Amino acid sequence: MSIDKETVVKVARLACLDMSEDELARVGPQINGILKWMEQLNEVDTEGVEPLANVVNIDLKLRADEVTDGDCSKAVLANAPEETQGFFVVPKVVEQEG
Amino acid sequence: MSDLTHLTIAGALKGLENKDFTAKELTQAHITASEAAKDLNCYVTETYDLALAQAANSDERRAAGNAGALDGIPLAIKDLFCTKGVQTTACSHILEGFVPQYESTVTANLFADGVVMLGKANLDEFAMGSSNTTSYFGNCINPWKTSDGADRTPGGSSGGSASAVAARIAMGATGTDTGGSIRQPASFCGISGIKPTYGRCSRWGTVAFASSLDQAGCFARTVEDNALILRSMAGHDPKDSTSADRPVPDFLSALSGDVKGLKIGIPKEYRVDGMPKDIEALWEQGIEWLKDGGAEIVDVSLPHTKYALPTYYIIAPAEASSNLARYDGVRYGLRAAEHENLNEMYKKTRGEGFGDEIKRRIMIGTYVLSAGYYDAYYIKAQKVRRLISDDFTKAYEQCDVLLAPTAPSSAFVIGENEDDPVKMYLNDVFTVPASMAGLPAMSVPGGLDSQGLPLGLQIIGRAWDEETVFKVARSIERAANFTALPQTLIKKAA
Repeated sequence: MSIDKETVVKVARLACLDMSEDELARVGPQINGILKWMEQLNEVDTEGVEPLANVVNIDLKLRADEVTDGDCSKAVLANAPEETQGFFVVPKVVEQEG
Repeated sequence: MSDLTHLTIAGALKGLENKDFTAKELTQAHITASEAAKDLNCYVTETYDLALAQAANSDERRAAGNAGALDGIPLAIKDLFCTKGVQTTACSHILEGFVPQYESTVTANLFADGVVMLGKANLDEFAMGSSNTTSYFGNCINPWKTSDGADRTPGGSSGGSASAVAARIAMGATGTDTGGSIRQPASFCGISGIKPTYGRCSRWGTVAFASSLDQAGCFARTVEDNALILRSMAGHDPKDSTSADRPVPDFLSALSGDVKGLKIGIPKEYRVDGMPKDIEALWEQGIEWLKDGGAEIVDVSLPHTKYALPTYYIIAPAEASSNLARYDGVRYGLRAAEHENLNEMYKKTRGEGFGDEIKRRIMIGTYVLSAGYYDAYYIKAQKVRRLISDDFTKAYEQCDVLLAPTAPSSAFVIGENEDDPVKMYLNDVFTVPASMAGLPAMSVPGGLDSQGLPLGLQIIGRAWDEETVFKVARSIERAANFTALPQTLIKKAA
C-alpha cells in the first residue's frame, strides 16, 4: 500500500510534529519504502495465532494501594522550561470571551 | 600508569585488593586516556570530577574493609540511563539540559557496588540507529581502522559505550539493547557485550524507546568482566513491573564449566544470501571450536527468521511513537521559542527537538497504530512475533544454545548505508530475532576479517539462562584468543 502526501500530512499532525514542506516531501517516499518492505508479512499465515505483547510471561504484580511517594514538587518542577508557584506554565489554552 | 587502562576488571579488582594501585590512580589513568582520545567522541558528558570523588570514596571503603563487588572500577554509562544530578540527554536535542532528579535502578545498583562513572556515553538519538550517526552530539568514532584510515562507525545504538571500552578509556560500560544495540557495537569494536533476558534488569529510569523490547546490558573486554558487571546491574525492582522477581544467578560460577555435552544449535536461516565470506568462515570456525570443546552441533530451523526485521520495524516504532509522546516542552527539555498557542508549542518543540530518524519512526509508529491500519500492521506484527518466539521454543527442544554471526558486516565507514533507511535496518538481521523473543544473547570477538576489522560471534540462550550463554561465550573466547588491538591504540603506543 502506498500512502499519499495528504496521509503523510495527516500522520504528522496526529504525531504532533511540525514539519516543513521539504521534510514532508523527503520523508513521504521513505515511509512508503519502509511500508512496502513491511508488506512481506502478508505472506505469513497468522490465522488463529494469538498476538504476543508480553514476551516473558510475567504476571504483572499489584502492590498495596499505599502512598509511597510525594512531597517532591520541587524535584518534579526542576526541569520545567517554565514554572511558577508550584505549577508548570503553558501558553494560554482557554480564550476569554470578549 | 597507562598499563592500568589495559587491565581487565577482574585484574583491576585484584590489584586494588593487593594495594598495587588505588582507585584514584585507576580512575585518573582512564581520565588521562579519555582526554587523549577525545576525537572518538565517546562521551557526551564527561564526569571526571565526580569520578575522582567516587574513586576517593572507594579507596576509603576499601581501606575500611567495606569494598563492594565492583568497588573503584571506572565505567562509561550510556546516556540513556538517568543519573541524578548529571545531564541525561538520550543524545537528543529535545532532552538537552535535562538533569534527572533521580537515579535509574541500573546505575543505582552499580553505584551501590562501588562503580565509578567516567562519563555519559554517546548513542544514536533515543537509541534509534545502528551506527551512532543519529546522535545530536555528533558521530562517535570506532578506534578500529583499516589501511584507508577512514573513520568507521562503532555500531549502534550503544556506540559510545562500545568505542570507549575498545579504546581502553573505560574498563566496561552499560548499554541497552532493543534490536541489537549492544551486540552489534560489541562486534564492530572487537569487545564482548551481553543483552540479558528481557526483565533481568530493571528499566526504571532508563529513557524508554520500545518498552516490550528494551533491555539493559553491558560491555567489557572479557566475558568474565561482563559477568561481573551484569551481576551488579541485574535484579528485581518493584518500580518496574516487567522486571523479573527471580534470583540473579552467580554468573561467574558458570564460567569455569566446559561445553562438553552441550548441544549447540546452528540456525540454517541465518545463512543469508550475500553474507561476506569472512563471516561465514568465522561461523564455521566457531562451530569447530565448540566441537573441539566437546559440544554437539545440531542443525536447527527458525523458519520465521526473515520476517523478524519487518516485524520489529512495526512494533518498535509503534511503541516509540507512544513513549515519545511525553516530549512536549512542558515538563522537561526543550521548548520551542516561537509559538502562538499550546498546540503550536507542542508541534514546534517536537519538530525542532527530534532528529530525522526519530521523526521517521514516530511517523511510522503513528501510522501503524492509526485507525484502519492497527490490525493490518500492529496486530499482524504481534502475531508474527509469537511465531518467531515459538520458533525459538521449538529449537530449544533440540539444543541448549544457538550460535550465529552477530552482524552481517564488520564496521563500515561512517556515511555508508545512510541513503536508504531499510539498508541501515538490515544491520540488525541477526540480532533482532532474539530481541523479539526476549532471549539472552551475547557477542564475543572471534577474529579479524580480511580488512583487519573485528567480527563477533553471537550466542543466543534460553530465557533466564544467561549462565549457559556465558559458559559458551567463555569457551569461544578461550579458543579465539582475541588479542588484537585497535590501530589507533597501536599508533599511540608506537
